[in-house]
Amino acid sequence: MERSLMKGNEALAEAAIRAGCKCFFGYPITPQTELSAYMAKKMQKAGGVFLQAESEIAAINMVLGATSTGVRAMTSSSSPGISLKAEGISYMAGSDLPGVIINVQRGGPGLGSIQPAQSDYYQATHAMGHGDFHIFVFAPSSVQEMVDMITLAFDKADQYRMPAMILADGLLGQMMEPVTFPEPMQNLPDKSDWATSGHKKQRAHHIINSLFLDPEQLEQKVKERFARYAIVEANETRAESYLCDDAEIVVTAYGASARVAKSAVNAARKEGIKAGLFRPITLWPFPKTELQAATKSAKHILDVEMSMGQMVDDVRLATECRIPVSFFGRTGGVIPTPAEVLAELKKLAGGAE
Amino acid sequence: MAVVFERPKSLLDVPTHFCPGCGHGIVHRLVCEVLDEMDIEGDTIGVVPVGCSVMSYDYFGCDVIEAPHGRAPAVATGVKRANPDKFVFTYQGDGDLAAIGTAETVHSGTRGENLVIIFINNTTYGMTGGQMAPTTMPGQVTQTTPYGRDPKDAGYPIRVCEMMATLTGVALAQRVAVDSVPHIREAKKAIRKAFENEKAQKGLSIIEVLSTCPTNWGMAPQEAMQFVKEKMSSYYPLGVYKDSAAGEDEQA
Repeated sequence: MERSLMKGNEALAEAAIRAGCKCFFGYPITPQTELSAYMAKKMQKAGGVFLQAESEIAAINMVLGATSTGVRAMTSSSSPGISLKAEGISYMAGSDLPGVIINVQRGGPGLGSIQPAQSDYYQATHAMGHGDFHIFVFAPSSVQEMVDMITLAFDKADQYRMPAMILADGLLGQMMEPVTFPEPMQNLPDKSDWATSGHKKQRAHHIINSLFLDPEQLEQKVKERFARYAIVEANETRAESYLCDDAEIVVTAYGASARVAKSAVNAARKEGIKAGLFRPITLWPFPKTELQAATKSAKHILDVEMSMGQMVDDVRLATECRIPVSFFGRTGGVIPTPAEVLAELKKLAGGAE
Repeated sequence: MAVVFERPKSLLDVPTHFCPGCGHGIVHRLVCEVLDEMDIEGDTIGVVPVGCSVMSYDYFGCDVIEAPHGRAPAVATGVKRANPDKFVFTYQGDGDLAAIGTAETVHSGTRGENLVIIFINNTTYGMTGGQMAPTTMPGQVTQTTPYGRDPKDAGYPIRVCEMMATLTGVALAQRVAVDSVPHIREAKKAIRKAFENEKAQKGLSIIEVLSTCPTNWGMAPQEAMQFVKEKMSSYYPLGVYKDSAAGEDEQA
């Protein structure tokens, strides 16, 4: 396989085309712009559709329309833009539609900053719109992983008929790393049993809809969806455990902050501190069982995020507060340094303040 | 006995929820007559709005998508771009199309999307109980303009066809009404022309239909038809506001 050096945002775009994404609808926003620009250059040549929408809202609704007809479609944005897409994502979830959404996170709230952040964790995993629903949330921590996860996101979205999000950040989107790409996908899933692509007078009409005025019927629909979510939670969690077997302090971190945390864990080991790293790769479904296993010997957990502490709640819930959980984070676009995390580890290990 | 009139095949044989005297039923029939005549029901995807016609997915025999409020032209754009060989139409009310979805309406027009927009203008938000719409006329009483719409406070109505006619990507902008048999026949012709434009890839066609809402207007069905004829048609004149393929006016 040929390796190439590529920027994260562009690698995401190339991987999506190879995963059979037929339509891309976007709106300019930093720090994901290179993704749209790459799509503009390559998508039509690959036989697909690139369209710059009039708004983030229009872009997600174009995805809704395209995926309704059974094709693979995607949109990408950054934090403020994702807030605008929330309506469409809720409708997609309520209509059992697949589709991939990329969030290259930046600092918030409001217009915030254009520097990397992880402060949209709550939004992505717990409240991606109104109503009872979940979406897949994948958290890559390298350019290669972003490439691999695009295919996975499209596949899982189709398999379970739910939207999937890649929760990246400005650091991953902007950095360059060597990557290898998979061969373009040939056989895409058949969705003719539900897609609204014209019935050719061969079947009854299909309806894509999220409205159920009868409360009993809506409750039933939501319960069916939650039964599907239970299967997802049982089968689709992914995580990486690094040096956790004998770890007394386990650092929990995802995405870009997990890279920083890994450096700190390595430095701590050199200083005789038994540290390990647990990195959730799926944020929803959250890898509870894997975290419990990784923290068997742990006396303390240190959660590290580029936020004021959001995933830390899920870490506490997953470990049922058996182990004390501390938090260290930088926010607003500031990236924590390995030295800062190491200092926190030393504090917890009983070292010098 | 010879059959002289029947339900279009693409209009499903189910009871409707529309009120007596409401114009939606007439327009549904006209759209379906066109789908039948052009024999395109099996290749058509309808996109319906939020509002009284939200449940039109139960009436149209073609495949149907129910869009978020105001987003039908964006959803339709996604459908059409992914399936350029299909017919795609949206069916929207005034609040949906000219208030919350103004951006989607304007930009689908300016892009010259090969779509048909059927726009029902009855000057009110019907489903929520008759609030002021972007097309509520000055002086008109609604639930949220209880003393009559005062443009000093509530602004002026939007004349949608006139606005859309300024866009280069729009192929057809025509206002029709369903207040009389001749007007209904005219409306049918306009809808047919819109779908023919889509077939010929001429750009966006928008057919604005002046329609009734007897329930929220507090009128009997016949009075409501009179209101369309006398009040609405003078504020919103019927006619063709643009009829040229997308881009033609730029080249001239």
